[in-house]
Amino acid sequence: MLVLAIESSCDETSAAVVRDGRHVLSNVIASQVDIHACYGGVVPELAARKHLEACPVVIDQALNEAQVTLADIDGIAVTSGPGLIGALLVGLSTAKAIAFALDIPLVGVHHIEGHILAPLLEQDVEFPYLALAVSGGHTHLYRVDGIGQYELLGRTLDDAAGEAFDKVAKMSGLTYPGGALIDKLAQQGDSSVFDFPRPMLHRPGFDFSFSGIKTSVLTRIKQLDVPLEGEVLQNLAAGFQEAVVDVLSRKTFKAAKEYNLQRIVVAGGVACNSGLRQRFKKMADSSDIDIYFPSLVLCADNAAMLGVAGDFYLQQGGNADLSLNARSNWPLEQAGLNAQQVCGTVW
Amino acid sequence: MLWGHELQLLNLCSESAEQTHQLGVQLGQLFVAGCLVLLEGDLGAGKTCLATGIARGLGVDDATPITSPTYTLLNSYFGRLPLYHFDLYRLADGEELDELGFDEYFHADGVALVEWPERHAELADSGLTIHLGYVGESSRELVITASDLFVTRFSECCVAIKRLTLCP
Repeated sequence: MLVLAIESSCDETSAAVVRDGRHVLSNVIASQVDIHACYGGVVPELAARKHLEACPVVIDQALNEAQVTLADIDGIAVTSGPGLIGALLVGLSTAKAIAFALDIPLVGVHHIEGHILAPLLEQDVEFPYLALAVSGGHTHLYRVDGIGQYELLGRTLDDAAGEAFDKVAKMSGLTYPGGALIDKLAQQGDSSVFDFPRPMLHRPGFDFSFSGIKTSVLTRIKQLDVPLEGEVLQNLAAGFQEAVVDVLSRKTFKAAKEYNLQRIVVAGGVACNSGLRQRFKKMADSSDIDIYFPSLVLCADNAAMLGVAGDFYLQQGGNADLSLNARSNWPLEQAGLNAQQVCGTVW
Repeated sequence: MLWGHELQLLNLCSESAEQTHQLGVQLGQLFVAGCLVLLEGDLGAGKTCLATGIARGLGVDDATPITSPTYTLLNSYFGRLPLYHFDLYRLADGEELDELGFDEYFHADGVALVEWPERHAELADSGLTIHLGYVGESSRELVITASDLFVTRFSECCVAIKRLTLCP
């Protein structure tokens, strides 16, 4: 089955063609980071407008790169939530229009579901597994028993880890998006110079909290009697990153052990962080747990990742009608085949 | 009385995150439907902490995490009254605020709590502004000022806020 996938939930407009839910024939991402940089963040309405401009272009390009035409497409998978409503609606409306015009089925996929199934596009990962979805908007731990079968085990109680990276970057005088810059600086720094607290590490359960660490970083910055640059900045970045990675990795492995899961998938934008990748691999090496990361392009927001669940739902006869709506808040546990029948306005 | 005049209701120094949270709880208990509350303060000043307290004071159940709306822009909660928790950090100007229809939430059936209202100066004309300032590692200055419109509409609430003290 050939699936055309469309993603427009936040920064990126993306379209992809995926064969049989496993083989990526094309995955085109129109990055908008340059446009947003001048505003110091994502500007939602601007994002919606840019999605509108970019959507037909990325779809055409995805079809061309896959060397197929719309007539070859058997079904459409689109991110129907969660995310910014204006942005989601652009992808969703486009998907509905194509599905209606071609008279082919359409399914709505949860953005995080896309992320945590993304490794299946590159390798076989047996169910069940533990998934850490970690990005600017999410820090969630799920047990994944199959496509459409998710159980929430833990979540951030305040800020997402990626948000902490971006905000610490901003406090340190770096530009948007700052998470990647922190990673780059941290690689050159000494993480033992600045010691930051490890929030929630020793609390029972698997929830996270990354809001307080901003305050700790702020306090350190204010205490400095030297300018925040060069080696000092590198060490601060390294100390901060170490604290976040420490909490994420230790809690995730603890959850895997408690729920007796042999496999861990780490997905989402923060899964690109080199310090985090190294730490998870190192901890996996010294245990009997296997660790899976999507490649960097599949960690970022992209459409190909929707192909795994999209293909599955379409194979199962899933077909959301044209009343499929965008949902800004949508717990992952409610996603799945049943969600294809959800009608009406729910946001 | 001049338009845009502000009345300072409270000026305190909280010595801990717990005190800030507790003041939030007390404030949450006082707010009524239609209140527009603006939360100012730098990154790390304790806005999340105060916002969580306000949510609890409004009766949002303890098991519901009050997560950052930075990415989602708006999180809604349902306690004694609805709480609409906004973060305008990523919005460029007031025009976008209008396009998103956020103003419809501001004087509606619940309490609108707005973080990073600074770039939308018009909000202060009808809101209650809570400013959090960094003093020391765990101490924060807390200044609450009400706009004329807020004082007119919610006079009882303002009187009660003036009487608030920090928990020991």
